[in-house]
Amino acid sequence: MTAHRLTQGSRWIGFIVVAVVLIVVLPDVLSDFQTQLLGRFFTYALVALGLDLIWGYTGMLSLGQGLFFGLGAYCFGMYLNLEAVGTKLPDFMGLYGVKQLPFFWEPFYSPVFAILMAMLIPALLATILGFMLFRSRIQGVYFSIITQALTSIMALLLVGQQKLINGTNGITQMTTIFGAPLSDHQTIVNLYIATVVVLGGLYVGCRFLVNSRFGRLLIAVRDDENRVRFMGYNTVVIKTAVFALSAAIAGLGGVLFVPQIGIISPNQLSIAASIEMVVWVAVGGRGTLIGAIIGAILVNLGKSTISTLNADIWQLIMGVLFIGVVLLFPKGIIGSLGDGWNRIKPLWDKSYVPQPKTETQVEAEAS
Amino acid sequence: MQIWVSQLFSGLSIGSILLLASLGLAFSFGLMGVINMAHGEFIMAGAYVTYLFQTLIAPNFGPDAAKGGVFFVLSIVAAFIIVGALGLLIEWTIIRRLYGRPLDTLLATWGLSLILQQLARSYNPQNLPVVAPAWLSGRITAAPGVVFPYSRLFIIGLAILCVIGVYIYLYRTSNGRRTRAVMQNREMAAALGVATRRVDAYTFALGAGLAGIAGSALTLIGQIGPQLGTGYIVSTFLVVVLGGVGSLPGTILASLLIGILTPIFEVSLSLAKFDSAASLAQVIVLLLIIAFLQFRPKGLIALRSRN
Repeated sequence: MTAHRLTQGSRWIGFIVVAVVLIVVLPDVLSDFQTQLLGRFFTYALVALGLDLIWGYTGMLSLGQGLFFGLGAYCFGMYLNLEAVGTKLPDFMGLYGVKQLPFFWEPFYSPVFAILMAMLIPALLATILGFMLFRSRIQGVYFSIITQALTSIMALLLVGQQKLINGTNGITQMTTIFGAPLSDHQTIVNLYIATVVVLGGLYVGCRFLVNSRFGRLLIAVRDDENRVRFMGYNTVVIKTAVFALSAAIAGLGGVLFVPQIGIISPNQLSIAASIEMVVWVAVGGRGTLIGAIIGAILVNLGKSTISTLNADIWQLIMGVLFIGVVLLFPKGIIGSLGDGWNRIKPLWDKSYVPQPKTETQVEAEAS
Repeated sequence: MQIWVSQLFSGLSIGSILLLASLGLAFSFGLMGVINMAHGEFIMAGAYVTYLFQTLIAPNFGPDAAKGGVFFVLSIVAAFIIVGALGLLIEWTIIRRLYGRPLDTLLATWGLSLILQQLARSYNPQNLPVVAPAWLSGRITAAPGVVFPYSRLFIIGLAILCVIGVYIYLYRTSNGRRTRAVMQNREMAAALGVATRRVDAYTFALGAGLAGIAGSALTLIGQIGPQLGTGYIVSTFLVVVLGGVGSLPGTILASLLIGILTPIFEVSLSLAKFDSAASLAQVIVLLLIIAFLQFRPKGLIALRSRN
């Protein structure tokens, strides 16, 4: 962990400098295409942030974050589709002979409702699933497998519903957001800035959360759940709450994702997409928050750069990256940097004492 | 009536495919705790071995050699050996370093699955048909509308054979006894002189080899391609979890149960005029599994052990 190295003040200054560069400088320098790309990476970073909360801090590896992200994106995509067609039916419904707007589409005329649902539906799903699983003490790999199964089943379900949400093709008919054309320079920049602001805000929020009493409980659950339970805490509630929170964050990521991409299809809910999200966090360094963000951006930057050169080679690189990170750098970029710093700092600063390792770190190194 | 008989057969057939596919995972995941996400790609590798034998090697021995079936049967054995060897190699290079870190094995083997898929894709991105032996192309017509294709019967037979083989290995050989000892209590087995590392390697290789056999069998059902294994990864894990991790009888029971229940729901739903009955049926089966795990978190047949 890196928290001890910088003083509180210098961390805030760093945060503000980064924010100013991202919000003020970059949109002027980058092309629309690049701005949109970066905006998309930041929505991924949001998901990674939520994933780090449950995986890095609480020790539960969810393979369902792609599902929550996709559900959020679908909710907002439905609103965008309705905005595009006004009082008429979405185009795809005409193709399948649907005469009347399905009842559950009706409330999505309201953007506020859509955004709320994009967070509430994933959170509710996570609450129900989490409560059921954690109550019967299903944990570790079983949690991963069941969340993964849920994701794949949900994708199947969406693919099957052509008439209601256009099956495999997904929702693509989007032209404006709150009246502004999606392809306009100003819209692209605004969406990008909105994403940066949400990401920054949530980062600070998560940082406060993990430093709070609740955050210490999360880490305690990760390191020894039984001990926490014996001390009188209800770990089912703790785990369900953080799972629901991460699902809501992923849903919000989906909301910001869809207007920047203009399409949401069941493809986004594939297992592969969900596991890729795990890699972002693993590469950046789990249990560090900032690592999740850096990992999401770097991996996707690499993906888009390399895929344009040679689409085939990316999958190989991705595979090697998975294996390499797990075998050689299980702490990810941030964790490994922290280790290096702990080793070199005493060379010139004799008074420097590295933070004592946590129990988990000791165990991880021993195994 | 006929529809239910043929559904029952189709359930048995799906169940036996699921069983073949899950049996290997019952070893690597069930017995060893390795979340082997590359299991589907081991299945795919087995299918490609059969393709290699039937399409590339057999024609050298006459135009009808592939139809004769000798090479097909040989290819099943070869798939077991070749994919088993691949498993051994992977255990040596990757899995061995990750024991005790189950979530990390998940990530590493997923990476492996991406690499294997990409290798298959760079060989040929298209789906390829595999020539089936002539004697497997017929069918028994038991009643009008009730047909039992030979290929499906063959797969059921192969699944039974594999289960018998696994039982003989585990309960009648000294290697199998050591495997059971290590899985039940690793420290104690090591203290008694069992080379646990070697047992791990063999067990993982055996799981991979069984996946190879499953892949060979899958060539009878349809075309093969780089994505062949991805469709099985979720269902095979569910089978092992539902059956009870570490319990082979549980795996058998669970795959038959899922195999038989899924088409029954599918028919009922399509009779009730639901759209996309197939995916809905799978959703219902998954929900039932989650509900079931509420009452018996350890699965259908829980393994009792002292650790």
